[in-house]
Amino acid sequence: MVKFGTIRETAREPARAPDPQTTPLPVKVQVERFSFYYGDVRVLHEITLGFPRNQVTALIGPSGCGKTTLLRAINRMNDLIPDTRAEGRILLDGENIYDPQVDVVRLRRRVGMVFQRSNPFPKTIFENVAYGLRVNGLVRNRRELQERVEESLRQAALWDEVKDRLHESALALSGGQQQRLCIARALAVRPEVLLLDEPASALDPIATEKIEELIAELKRHYTIIIVTHNMQQAARVSDYTAFLWMGHLVEFNQTEKLFTVPREKLTEDYLTGRFG
Amino acid sequence: MTDHLRPIDHDLNRLRDKLLMLGGRAETAIAQAIRALVERDSELAEQVIRDDDKIDQLENEVDELCIDILVLRQPTASDLRFVIAAVKTAPAIERIADHAVNIARHVLRLNQEPQLKVYFDIPEMARIVQQMLLDGLDAFTSHDAEKALETIRHDDHADALYKRIYDELIHLMATDSSTVRRGAELLFIIKHLERIADYVTNICEQIVYMARGEVIKHREWPEL
Repeated sequence: MVKFGTIRETAREPARAPDPQTTPLPVKVQVERFSFYYGDVRVLHEITLGFPRNQVTALIGPSGCGKTTLLRAINRMNDLIPDTRAEGRILLDGENIYDPQVDVVRLRRRVGMVFQRSNPFPKTIFENVAYGLRVNGLVRNRRELQERVEESLRQAALWDEVKDRLHESALALSGGQQQRLCIARALAVRPEVLLLDEPASALDPIATEKIEELIAELKRHYTIIIVTHNMQQAARVSDYTAFLWMGHLVEFNQTEKLFTVPREKLTEDYLTGRFG
Repeated sequence: MTDHLRPIDHDLNRLRDKLLMLGGRAETAIAQAIRALVERDSELAEQVIRDDDKIDQLENEVDELCIDILVLRQPTASDLRFVIAAVKTAPAIERIADHAVNIARHVLRLNQEPQLKVYFDIPEMARIVQQMLLDGLDAFTSHDAEKALETIRHDDHADALYKRIYDELIHLMATDSSTVRRGAELLFIIKHLERIADYVTNICEQIVYMARGEVIKHREWPEL
């Protein structure tokens, strides 16, 4: 497995020596020389990057830099878009998720995803969380189903707010609650990696704070990768940050280092608002 | 990338200007305190003491501006390092000015006594310290880490002079008891100058952090 300190191979400028202060961490998801094409247009250029296990990694960069494409590549959500093509490898615990024999449904169970806009099913709160468990046959009986729904809602810090109205429509919840319900739904199938695509961009500051607290709590059990346009949020919630620009990985480092002493001028210019 | 003026640039420029104004006042305070010593000018020494209020006020203004920038602009990367450097530099400059005030107070007491024939190398030590402050402020303006490191190296000269003058004063007081009171005042004055050089060193360490993101304080030569 590639060690954490060696991941900057794809930056546009020559990589500097790995920071000796950086502790090598076990990598959960290793992206290796990964490129992605929409038709003939290459939107990711040989990205090499290791996402540390049980840590939060933020992907930042201007619109169109490829961060969401990279996020969606990690559970092959881009496969659903016609005329797309991937090159290189993405290893989940050392196994290439782009191998032809990989079961994509099983992959997406291991790598859950929460989208920018909360998208609960037009069903009850209970059924939203139970759905994935049922269709995947992950529970043996009703009692187990109830236990898993409760466990997921608790993990998503929503249980206390909804325990007395589990059978009401999920659409009656507030925006922040709906987003946490979507997180609970993703957690119900017990994934190993959680992909969050701007999970708080449509939420008010209080709901955002709850999501951020939740992320900090969830990393004990999950490897979390978050795309965010909000750089203060990236600074608050993530342990590591990757900066992408025009499909290239420019810099990857511990968040506090990237935000205070970026190595690359492009990162500096982006963070300080000189472009983007 | 583009050289357009960002909203934060206006605030950062104001912050830099205020810091330079603060530094300029501290420079003046030292220069006047030393002139008051050499020329036995008590009026000038009193002016140094009076002007200190303005320096304190400027330090408060720098503090407030730093807080505003941190809260309202949420700076990152080099912008953040600049604000952090300013937060740490302003109190150092204010302390430098306090030492100038202390020198002025010693001058007032010295001027009530007959002049010692020589002030040893105190004017030379003051010149080195003043130049260090001037260079430090220049390095701050130009974000010049090399110049800051060069300035830190001069602290050794100030320390060496301090030690030499100290020994000479002790010798003088030991051989001529009539000089003890004046010698003691001069000992305090060189100690204040030596402390000013230390504060300039602290400022220069902040400049290196600001320019390079490198923390060099508590490191020893030849690591720097």
